[in-house]
This record gives sequence, C-alpha cells and structure tokens, in this order.
Amino acid sequence: MAKTIAEINEKIRKGQAVVVTAEKIIEVVEEKGVKRAAEEVDVVTTGTFGPMCSSGAFLNIGHSKPRIKLGGGKVYLNDVPVYTGLAAVDIFLGVTALPEDDPRNKFYPGEFNYGGGHVIEELVAGKDIRLVATAYGTDCYPRKKLETLINIRDINEAVLFNIRNAYQNYNVAVNLSDRTRYTYMGVLKPNLGNANYSTAGQLSPLLNDPYYKTIGIGTKIFLGGGIGYVAWQGTQHNPNVLRRDNGVPRRPAGTLSVIGDLKQMKPEWLRGTSMLGYGSTITVGIGVPIPILSEEILRYTAVKDADIITPIVDYSEAYPQRKPDILGEVSYARLKSGRIEVQGKEVPTASLSSYPRAVEIAQILKEWIQKGEFLLSELVAPLPGVESGITFKNLEERPIEGR
Amino acid sequence: MAISRRIVLHFPERLVEQPIICRLARDFNLEFNILKAAVTPNEEGLLVLELNGEQKDYDRGIQYLTETGIRIQSLSQNVIRNEERCTHCGACITICPTGAFIIEPSTRLVDFSDTKCIVCGLCIKACPLRAMELKF
Ligand code: SF4
Ligand code: SF4
Repeated sequence: MAKTIAEINEKIRKGQAVVVTAEKIIEVVEEKGVKRAAEEVDVVTTGTFGPMCSSGAFLNIGHSKPRIKLGGGKVYLNDVPVYTGLAAVDIFLGVTALPEDDPRNKFYPGEFNYGGGHVIEELVAGKDIRLVATAYGTDCYPRKKLETLINIRDINEAVLFNIRNAYQNYNVAVNLSDRTRYTYMGVLKPNLGNANYSTAGQLSPLLNDPYYKTIGIGTKIFLGGGIGYVAWQGTQHNPNVLRRDNGVPRRPAGTLSVIGDLKQMKPEWLRGTSMLGYGSTITVGIGVPIPILSEEILRYTAVKDADIITPIVDYSEAYPQRKPDILGEVSYARLKSGRIEVQGKEVPTASLSSYPRAVEIAQILKEWIQKGEFLLSELVAPLPGVESGITFKNLEERPIEGR
Repeated sequence: MAISRRIVLHFPERLVEQPIICRLARDFNLEFNILKAAVTPNEEGLLVLELNGEQKDYDRGIQYLTETGIRIQSLSQNVIRNEERCTHCGACITICPTGAFIIEPSTRLVDFSDTKCIVCGLCIKACPLRAMELKF
C-alpha cells in the first residue's frame, strides 16, 4: 500500500484526505484491522497540552530613536528579566524567568504567580508589555535608558523557540517522605498521598511514532494555536532507553525542539503556569500529524494507554539525589483509573497535562488538514534514533582548583 | 439570643488529636454538627462545623478555639473556578480534601462541585493555571 507524503498532500488539496485523531484510530483499528485501516486512513493527528519549561521567545523589538544597544545591557518585560547577549535589539524571553523582586522560595512554598511564561501569554494576547532597559551606550548606539510599551503587532519578529518540548513518556511522581514536597510535578503529599503524571498518553506525539519514523526535522506542526515546525531533536533527547515490544519507551526518551511565528499563535494554547514552590513556566499546546505511509506506522499510532508504561519515581529522595531507583512501573490506563498501587498502598492519581485539551488540539489539526489548509511537510532530516548511540549524560563534577 | 453559624476550623498538626470539639460542647453549651472533616496535605486538620447556641456562649467558644491555636474561617467566602483559565488538567483532584473535583470518565473534563467545597483554599495555589479564585 505504501503511500508518499506527496500523494497524501494531493488528497488533502482535493479535500479527500481521511484524517483521524490518535484516539479515534484505536477504534478504527479494532474495527477494521491494521491492514484496512492503513489503506483507508491518510493522517493520524496527535496532541498534547502540558507545562513545558524549556520554552521561550526571541523578539526583535525594532530600533528606537536615538538608538540603543540592548546587547550586554539589562532588559525587563513587565519586570521579568530577558536575555540580552545578542545583537542590539534582539532579546530572548525564557518562560521560567522571574521578576527580581519575586520572593521565590524565601516564603516557602513560593507562589510564582508571574514569570516569563505569563509575559508570553500576554504578548500573544495582544496586550501592551512594559519594556524597561538600561545599556552602556556606544558611539553608534548612544542611548542608555529606554522605557516604553511594546506590542506584538509592532515589533519586527516574535519567534517561539522551545529547545525541549513534548517529552516521549515521563515519570510518575510520588513522595515517600513525611512532608509535602513542592515539585515541577506538582504538589506531592507525604507518605504516598498522591501520584502525579504528565502526558497525553495515547494522544501524545512521540508515543505515536516511537522510532521517529515520520516526525523529524522540518515536520510541520500545530504549535501554540498556530503553525510551527520541528527544528531539531530537543535537549536530553535520549532514544536509547528500555522499550516494550511495541517500540514504546518505558522511560522518558525522545524530545522535540520546536519553532514558530508567535504572531499567529493564540493565548489559549500558550498559558502562563505557576508551579507552587517550584517556579513559573508555560503550558504549551503541540499537535503533530503522522502521515500513514505504511502499515507499520499505522500500527504505532494505534497505541493505547494500556500499552504505555512509565516508571514511578520518589521525588523526596531518588529524584533530587539523582538515584536511579524506581518504585515500579505502571500503565497510563491504570493512572487514568484514578488510583494506582505503590508499595502495597492505594495512591490517588492526578495529571498535570490536560487530556481534554490534547483531544481538542488533535481535533483542530484534523480539521485544518480536512479543510485543505494544512499540508504535510517532507522531513529535512530524521531525529537521531536508537542506532545513533546517543547516551544520556549526567554532570560529573570536577574540582576547579589548580587551573 | 440563639444563633446558628457555619465555620471552618484549621487545626495545626499538634492539635489534631485533642478533644477540642467535645470541650466546646460541654463547657460552652454549644450544639454542633460536623459537616465535613478532612486532613490536608500538610497534615493540618480541617473541620466544617455548624454551631448552634446563645450568642454569648458562641463568642466565648470562638475565643476558646482561637486560644488553642486553631485558625477559624467563616463560610462567607467562596471559592470559584475561572472557567476561562481552567485547562481541565486535573492537578487539583488529589489536592482537594473534600473531593470537590471529579473527572468525567469519558471526556476527562474536570467537574468542580462548589457544594462540596469547604473553602480551605488549598487548590488556589496548587492549581498551576491559577484558575481557582477566592471571592468574598
Ligand atoms: S488544577 Fe486548575 S486548571 Fe487544572 S483542572 Fe484543576 S482548576 Fe482546572
Ligand atoms: S477550596 Fe479548593 S481544595 Fe479546598 S475544599 Fe474548596 S475546592 Fe477543595
């Protein structure tokens, strides 16, 4: 049957492509079998909507009169510091950046109500943002101070560039200690009081393409409510983990680096987020279309929550101390049932990533494709796979003295 | 004058095991109904009470509770959900001591039932989207 992306795009242009979501394909395969489903279906759409800290935006704010060189200076957007180690008016706004006067965890647990992620949400919503800058002044860029409102409409570029998003599988977090732990996996109650996970499971992009056969550099995607692209493998991309027979990783594995024009994105899909006692971040909406080029690819997309398992990790000791121990493995079907068993105890579960919103993303992407508005892209290069030999490196400290 | 009030008591861990409510009834002549009881993630005890009795007994009872170190909150506040901000992630489900958040199994939308809410406030900071708000 093997189809090509060009053939699928031809059908999309004619409005004839058969597109289903990664949730729906499970039923289709149960009903029709892999072979028929692979013949009939052209594209499977995936989605995920969860907190993703390695995100941020490059902005080119335009040149003031007289000019100012922000590079090497200090710049704040709504009091949140941005990175200025670039040319005169290019800056980078990271989602975990915090206003200098935020008490952080001085009053434990810190609330982190406003940070870089919230600035991005407001920028995308079209709100004016306060820019306050100081610079050292040069012959060609004499200004030393700048205070102005900026708006996404008026600046030259606003590019969302997230260096690591869409983790392929992720830990379940629990707390074995006797005090509450405030983590990036949410509030963890003492003595196995709850278990938090963060995934769209059967809808999640990389869980539907476990060996990166279709998702790679250049893949056109839904990003933050607009269109984006996979730019590179994400940082910590680690294809060489334990996998099940179905190819699905049993540990956190692949990741994506994504890029797109922030000006066409929507605030509903880029939400400033606050993790109590941990920090501020952003919840990002990502949807990736998977072209059904073969039966094998279709079989991967039919993966169910029951077939995806993930490790349970203690965030009071094992995680912070970087110990490899896990407390067991559990499937997403189990996690979604609301209760799992850990060390003989029944533990209630909660998710940090929104499944209903992931469904919505997969649905929106499906509609874009059905209406012929969204064509699939050919890969420019694949992501490093299992054969790449990539290993996950920890930081082994070395003394600095004597150098 | 006889009155009836609904209050929320926050017990620090050290007081959880004390027979405070019994004393409230015995020494201050107040009738009570326990509307809800729970233990929060910080091992703080939470009790929602309806107290009935004479105003002067009620005032003395409240004074006694305050002196023991219990934090008292009247039920005139309300916690509401900002529907526009809620993403239905479900992070609040295991935080709420009274089970006010329920997942609808087929859609996985998170239903917030404010009749179960005792206004403990725990979800307000635990919700990553800051969708839960205290209203007076
Ligand atoms: S944690 Fe907040 S955003 Fe998530 S479901 Fe609960 S109220 Fe909604
Ligand atoms: S304030 Fe929030 S956590 Fe507390 S009872 Fe109400 S809904 Fe539950």
